[in-house]
Amino acid sequence: MLITRKIEFSASHVCRNPRLSEEENRNLYGGAANPHGHGHNYVVEVSLEGMPDAVTGMVLDLKELKAILNREIVEPYDHRFLNREVPPFDSVVPTTENIAREIWRRLDPHFSNGAARLHAVRVYETADLYVDYFGEPPCSA
Amino acid sequence: MFRVTRRYEFAASHRLDSPALSEEQNRDLYGKCNHPHGHGHNYVIEVSVRGPLDEISGRAVDTARLDELVAREVLGHFHQRNLNAEIAAFSVRVPTSENLAAEVCGRLKAAWHGEFPGKWPQLERVRIAETARNIFEIGADEIE
Repeated sequence: MLITRKIEFSASHVCRNPRLSEEENRNLYGGAANPHGHGHNYVVEVSLEGMPDAVTGMVLDLKELKAILNREIVEPYDHRFLNREVPPFDSVVPTTENIAREIWRRLDPHFSNGAARLHAVRVYETADLYVDYFGEPPCSA
Repeated sequence: MFRVTRRYEFAASHRLDSPALSEEQNRDLYGKCNHPHGHGHNYVIEVSVRGPLDEISGRAVDTARLDELVAREVLGHFHQRNLNAEIAAFSVRVPTSENLAAEVCGRLKAAWHGEFPGKWPQLERVRIAETARNIFEIGADEIE
């Protein structure tokens, strides 16, 4: 069974890779490469997988999930310039994909041992573009 | 692995009327969707693409190229059109949203490697909302 909690944060970003030329950045990211940045109302849906507890009837207490999401995502990300204020986006381009992966990395340790496991992180940059990240398959080694 | 989804819209008219059924059977089956002069919808299409991250760009798909592909193969043909009269596939198949989803997905799949020649990104699914309440989804692997 999946349970999903939605949060929002508003932040600015700029998509530029310092390893690329000005022209390459323009071609790759278009307007998102404008050097002063721009912003979005990001919407994040975090889905957890698990079975309802026999006593509580819940996969996870949503109050607990809400507190984790606020602490790990909303507080550090909301009303910030991601590239300047929120590591690792000083060195990782804050594309929607990389934001989804970073949110996964922040959340995954909270759900590695409990009954509920992280299933997916969905990040809407706008209503017309969203990314789902499901983690990486475990190393076979 | 990432799934990137892009949302598009087009406005089109259609009429549900199967040549295999009688007039009365069509009326019973399709109800108001069978009204003789047709009617329209603002269709919302989601195109989902799967792929690993390109570490230079930090992206799994170039959305500008995806937009071009969808505009060229789908929106340019379907927007502000009558599906029954102007889309060849619907002169033989009823333009239900099931058939529309298959048609859209088939067009994107057929043109995919011209736009994205590598192994990744891959077309994963097409989801069509005929109205906010009626939503249809098909996986690219369901299309031959």
